[in-house]
Amino acid sequence: MLEIRNISKTFAPGTVNEKKALSGLSLNVKDGDFITIIGSNGAGKSTLFNAIAGSFFVDEGSIFLGGQDITYLEEHKRSRVIGRMFQDPLKGTAPSMTIEENLALAYLRSSEGTSPFSRISARDKKNFREQLSKLGMGLEDRMRDPVGLLSGGQRQALTLLMATIVTPKVLLLDEHTAALDPGTAEKVIELTKSIVEGGHITCLMITHNMKQALNTGNRTFLMNNGHIVLDVSGEERSALTPKDLIEKFKNKVGEELDNDRILLST
Amino acid sequence: MAYIIKTALELGLLYAPIPLALFLSFRILNIADMTTDGCFVLGAAVSVTWAAAGHPFLGIPMAMAAGVLAGFVTALLQTRFGVPSILAGIITNFGLYTVNLMVMGWSSNVNLLKTDTLFTIFARRASFAGAYSDMLLVACITALAAAGLIWFLSTRLGLSIRATGDNPDMVRASSVNPRFTTTVGLCVANSLTALSGAMVGQYQNTVDINSGTGIVVIALACLIIGETILGKKTVFKGAVAAIVGSVIYRVIYAIVLKTRIVPIQGLKLMTALVVAFAIAFPTIRDYLRFMHKKHMASVKSSEKEDK
Repeated sequence: MLEIRNISKTFAPGTVNEKKALSGLSLNVKDGDFITIIGSNGAGKSTLFNAIAGSFFVDEGSIFLGGQDITYLEEHKRSRVIGRMFQDPLKGTAPSMTIEENLALAYLRSSEGTSPFSRISARDKKNFREQLSKLGMGLEDRMRDPVGLLSGGQRQALTLLMATIVTPKVLLLDEHTAALDPGTAEKVIELTKSIVEGGHITCLMITHNMKQALNTGNRTFLMNNGHIVLDVSGEERSALTPKDLIEKFKNKVGEELDNDRILLST
Repeated sequence: MAYIIKTALELGLLYAPIPLALFLSFRILNIADMTTDGCFVLGAAVSVTWAAAGHPFLGIPMAMAAGVLAGFVTALLQTRFGVPSILAGIITNFGLYTVNLMVMGWSSNVNLLKTDTLFTIFARRASFAGAYSDMLLVACITALAAAGLIWFLSTRLGLSIRATGDNPDMVRASSVNPRFTTTVGLCVANSLTALSGAMVGQYQNTVDINSGTGIVVIALACLIIGETILGKKTVFKGAVAAIVGSVIYRVIYAIVLKTRIVPIQGLKLMTALVVAFAIAFPTIRDYLRFMHKKHMASVKSSEKEDK
């Protein structure tokens, strides 16, 4: 589904701040893969997502999504088929627009063959209601409320629904529960699992929670210094504990896993 | 008095598309569009010129098309060439002065003498409306413009425009091209401003090169007055507020003109103060709240010390 060949990205080349964020990274994501990504500070996790989503163009290499070369496709064009969520719940929704309008925007912009002047129908509204009720947050009865009135957890759940209301070719989740309180984070993770697995959505998820990284999805990447240093799946993965993972990192890279938040949460 | 109210209503409705335009550019897109002044004159000039040539009806869509072009130039400057948005509008506005003169045949004003306008034709057709035919026509056009805007803002493109002004972060990560939505928004807004100019020109049978000066501030005042009364929570409320505010402003203007509570020369200063205060209000309110909190905290701590 998603194939990345040998991509590199250097920020501020030729200056004292030069930073090689991705160096010769390759990966192959199969249809329906649910991959968790974990790594040290500045390993290039978010940069990898930015490269896939098109926030910048890579210096070298190429990116294929569903067989199409998207290496130089503009961000707003590829995001029609790429769903994306950030850590900050404020980033994914328009606060002064209602829940219904936010969903309508997400739905209309991702649906194929709609004209710029298309609007949502009564049937679409009913569909939104059903989807909202699946979140179990009572949002289906507040469809005309501005999103600015919702809590962080509710906004993040709504963003998740918006990102998946039309099944994307790939869903990128960048620590999307990190800014939520533990109880809400748990709930959003459960929702994520049920939506991603239920909809057979190809998904990459960055997390700093080792346990979550191993319990969620079917494959785990460990990143360091712009590379994927470990790629585990199947039985090998199910036998791993967070401790093993830290150990493996040490063996591969030759240094301690340097991520304060990971260490605090294990 | 009845005559004054009638004129105020007519003028309020004639100028209402401009606060409607600012509702789109200023409130929804978060852009202070300085093209407005020149665009208003452009609309009037195009419409009067077409009316003088015997096509009063064609003059209206032509004026709106000219407004779209003016908005497009401003949008192009700010979305493609990195000109700061306020400056982009000011530059376009400045250039429009020459364009407007050109449209008016290099003369600073054009009068329609014994020429049919929208209003004379409509008065003949709708004789049942009597002395209110002008008001009826203007009300219909303005209501149509408002309804069109409300409809437009519920379409995919309209929702994208609203999201562009509401959450740029979200838009960058979604399949909305903010350059495109900003451009469309400014084009639509300026077509509304030009529509107002087009109606005013034919209503007054004249266009003057300086008739647009300061109209953006007046329209902002109208928008703020309307929003204060009706609120701005939904698109529908916002659009209605723009029209209601415009009418109320003209009524206030008429009362001042009649009673001379304030010298009429002072009205612009008053309008400027109203707009400045209304926009500064949230900041002033927050500052006063903060000062109050600080004061209460110091009172409390000194009470503790006394014990």
